[in-house]
Amino acid sequence: MPIDKIFKDDANEEKGERARMASFIGAMAVADLVKSTLGPKGMDKILQSTGRGHSVTVTNDGATILKSLHIDNPAAKVLVDISKVQDDEVGDGTTSVVVLAGELLREAEKLVTSKIHPMTIIAGYRMAAECARDALLKRVIDNKENAEKFRSDLLKIAMTTLCSKILSQDKEHFAEMAVDAVFRLKGSTNLEAIQIIKKPGGSLRDSFLDEGFILDKKIGIGQPKRIENAKILVANTAMDTDKVKIYGARVRVDSMTKVAEIEGAEKEKMKDKVNKILAHGINCFVNRQLIYNFPEELFADAGVLAIEHADFEGIERLGLVTGGEIASTFDNPESVKLGHCKLIEEIMIGEDKLIHFSGVEMGQACSIVLRGASHHVLDEAERSLHDALCVLSQTVNDSRVLLGGGWPEMVMAKEVDELARKTAGKKSHAIEAFSRALVAIPTTIADNAGLDSAELVAQLRAEHHNEGCNAGIDVISGAVGDMKERGIYEAFKVKQAVLLSATEAAEMILRVDEIITCAPRRREDRM
Amino acid sequence: MALAFDEYGRPFIILREQDQKTRLRGIDAQKANIAAGKAVARILRSSLGPKGMDKMLQGPDGDVTITNDGATILEQMDVDNQIAKLMVELSRSQDYEIGDGTTGVVVMAGALLEQAERQLDRGIHPIRIAEGYEMASRVAVEHLERISQKFEFDVNNYEPLVQTCMTTLSSKIVNRCKRSLAEIAVKAVLAVADLERRDVNLDLIKVEGKVGGNLEDTELIYGILVDKDMSHPQMPKQIEDAHIAILTCPFEPPKPKTKHKVDIDTVEKFETLRKQEQQYFDEMVQKCKDVGATLVICQWGFDDEANHLLMHRNLPAVRWVGGVELELIAIATGGRIVPRFQELTPEKLGKAGMVREKSFGTTKERMLYIEHCANSKAVTIFIRGGNKMMIEETKRSIHDALCVARNLIRNKSIVYGGGAAEIACSLAVDAAADKYPGVEQYAIRAFAEALDSVPMALAENSGLQPIETLSAVKSQQLKENIPFYGIDCNDVGTNDMREQNVFETLIGKQQQILLATQVVKMILKIDDVISNSEY
Repeated sequence: MPIDKIFKDDANEEKGERARMASFIGAMAVADLVKSTLGPKGMDKILQSTGRGHSVTVTNDGATILKSLHIDNPAAKVLVDISKVQDDEVGDGTTSVVVLAGELLREAEKLVTSKIHPMTIIAGYRMAAECARDALLKRVIDNKENAEKFRSDLLKIAMTTLCSKILSQDKEHFAEMAVDAVFRLKGSTNLEAIQIIKKPGGSLRDSFLDEGFILDKKIGIGQPKRIENAKILVANTAMDTDKVKIYGARVRVDSMTKVAEIEGAEKEKMKDKVNKILAHGINCFVNRQLIYNFPEELFADAGVLAIEHADFEGIERLGLVTGGEIASTFDNPESVKLGHCKLIEEIMIGEDKLIHFSGVEMGQACSIVLRGASHHVLDEAERSLHDALCVLSQTVNDSRVLLGGGWPEMVMAKEVDELARKTAGKKSHAIEAFSRALVAIPTTIADNAGLDSAELVAQLRAEHHNEGCNAGIDVISGAVGDMKERGIYEAFKVKQAVLLSATEAAEMILRVDEIITCAPRRREDRM
Repeated sequence: MALAFDEYGRPFIILREQDQKTRLRGIDAQKANIAAGKAVARILRSSLGPKGMDKMLQGPDGDVTITNDGATILEQMDVDNQIAKLMVELSRSQDYEIGDGTTGVVVMAGALLEQAERQLDRGIHPIRIAEGYEMASRVAVEHLERISQKFEFDVNNYEPLVQTCMTTLSSKIVNRCKRSLAEIAVKAVLAVADLERRDVNLDLIKVEGKVGGNLEDTELIYGILVDKDMSHPQMPKQIEDAHIAILTCPFEPPKPKTKHKVDIDTVEKFETLRKQEQQYFDEMVQKCKDVGATLVICQWGFDDEANHLLMHRNLPAVRWVGGVELELIAIATGGRIVPRFQELTPEKLGKAGMVREKSFGTTKERMLYIEHCANSKAVTIFIRGGNKMMIEETKRSIHDALCVARNLIRNKSIVYGGGAAEIACSLAVDAAADKYPGVEQYAIRAFAEALDSVPMALAENSGLQPIETLSAVKSQQLKENIPFYGIDCNDVGTNDMREQNVFETLIGKQQQILLATQVVKMILKIDDVISNSEY
């Protein structure tokens, strides 16, 4: 008797070896895709969207590449997911985590074909990951106590992060900028407070960090263009005709004069509001919502600078910067905290006018103005800077740092190798495989730079045999060098996250022995 | 033939065949049903036990779930076959009733069906088989009762509970830190348990997950975690000794249910309306302030004006808090949910020692911790993990562990895991079979054999020789008359489940056997399958 179909029509299932193969291949394909972007000499990818306009993105950022892919393979989706999480959590290492997970699976595949049970491999990987983490923990450098040194650590980390991106030419410049910006946050990880303004034109080198705050808005017509010792009211209120909020209210009149009267009352109401606002003794009013012509005129008459339609983050940042509170009611002028700044003026960047607040009280926020040849360059520069900022802000809280350039991988690989030798049973194969996967990262970095990876990695391994060695691959000179001297540093938190989430993802995929795909939901006949 | 003749001898058709309907009858129907049931069980078979594998499920929208939990696998499998749907139901009811053993119950049912097929080939009538199974299940359940052990624990000595939860967790991907998760689960259950009535309301345990960090960072919070932040960015991020007003009314002018219109026809009316509106807001905030609230948690939103007023009066607020969360907060803080501002009184405020906002990662994600509550009867388990799928799977695993702990508080009896209980039952049922004179004897023996399939699958998944291992353990149990010997899945070196600390709950096991038997009986009784052939 033939078995009836258990699943719905389009659903299918893959079992055992086939399922495992499908997930291995999918995961490895994704890893190989981003592999060539790894390291300082990694290449970029062009992503073309399928939407209207076929907008183009040029990027080197693993998370961005993977986010834009349409992936069908479930295992590949797991990798995309870890890269996204890495981006959210620490901001950098999004490529490394996928490459490492891919390598772990590649090694696992070899082990599976030589008849080692996936569960054994997982057990081995777990031991290895634990051991690798301990190895890193033993070698971390922590300069929290010494502010001077800590700053230089941060600079180096920023430079290491940036050197694989489009900003590598001006990495010192940008690293300085990023470190300055992060120090202004005073330990908070809220990167929203750092505003990045992109203005095409000029060159990347013209980008700068502004101590004050720049709002990408124009000043209303007829209002002062320059205010010294500004008192700022930051508001979020409707500055059109305020609606009556009592439910069901409506205007019903029987003659034209009445309409005019009510209109007058409405205007009066608006005027009242403006007067109330003016009663705060301000000379600058920034509102999140629109300011209609009528109140704008009133403000202009009073000589108050009124800025409308500042986006929400802008408002929040402005609140942070100037120390004012975001107000929505204006009945008690004496108790509303106003923001202060020394000077508000209109400045020109390229062709655009912007409003610049300088001499602010609380320097918790700042603006970075990026200049560059085209939108693509600017977008990529923003992503790169974002990575650097993320890493730095995390490092401020967790000040442990490591050397870079494949050094951590080699340190881990060495320890893991030793563990493999000590471990009895089939697990040791898996542990060995883990160390091979770790070494694949410096190999890839060297390969991408067009260097003789086999030679370099072998040399590196030999160097690392000595206790306390600082050797890593210096891609610029194409040789093995002392990473401490070259100033190539990485954040411990990033490396740890890469190691743990890659292992976790590999483990997850390894445990799968069956893939069941549901029938895709039917779409309306649009496609 | 679905053809009958009326009193005049004219034929008429009762059931139209071929074109629209497909029809299976008699032994064919049973065989087809059994085959479908077996196919479902076969999918789950490899997920059983600590060395069981996971399944990757891709949903209709392309979302990926990776899981080891039987109920979840079946639920998301998108099955079409009727009998397969029954199996899905079976696993779901085990999930509702017990929460754990959802894979085991399906494997058990599959094995029973397989045995039934063999008996059918012998020519035994399906009803007789069903009856035999019924008798056998009774024997098995009674035997379980006999071999079960009570074990003692109390709030201070919860080690046995932790051990049992660890057995549950060991088959999941989270077994890396099963110890800490099991402890979290047990502590959570004990915190909300009503030990007098021996009942646990699992609704009081909130399981919240956030991507990022790693599994080891998972923590138990004696309080509530709300995935919201303060309504105004400049409100204080930390409130000590908070008095919380829990509101289900919006900070808005009243909205009568009856349809009405307020007509404005003169300027005066317009003015008064405007004044009144302002007053409303003012009064509402004042009301909260008057009763001494230092934090407002509101189910609804409030507009910018109210928001600022609150901020202005130094009254932090949280908006858009879900109904369930609101209830939990009310329980935890000992407050009352207040539907109207007029009804706010100081007694109705909830109290918490500490309310703080915590941000995660590089994105702007914040959560609100409400801790040191007046009445610590509600807890939150906060899961961290490398990726979304991991979090989801951990949630499911924690749910299982919570259920197990709850079951143990309800009923202290345990049986030994690792297949030990099944082997013991199989022996008992086999012995009992000879006492029944009828045809059922064969069915009962078949039942005993089906019971063996669980330890067999365990051994298979652990990479052991299934038949060899099973027979060794079986003879050991019989020889020494000790029902603690099971399959040594983790390669520890002993078969004694007492030493390995592998426990399962008695009710969980009993329920498995009863549910599986019931479903199989139901499937066996079907002798005609009529379905629309369009599908």
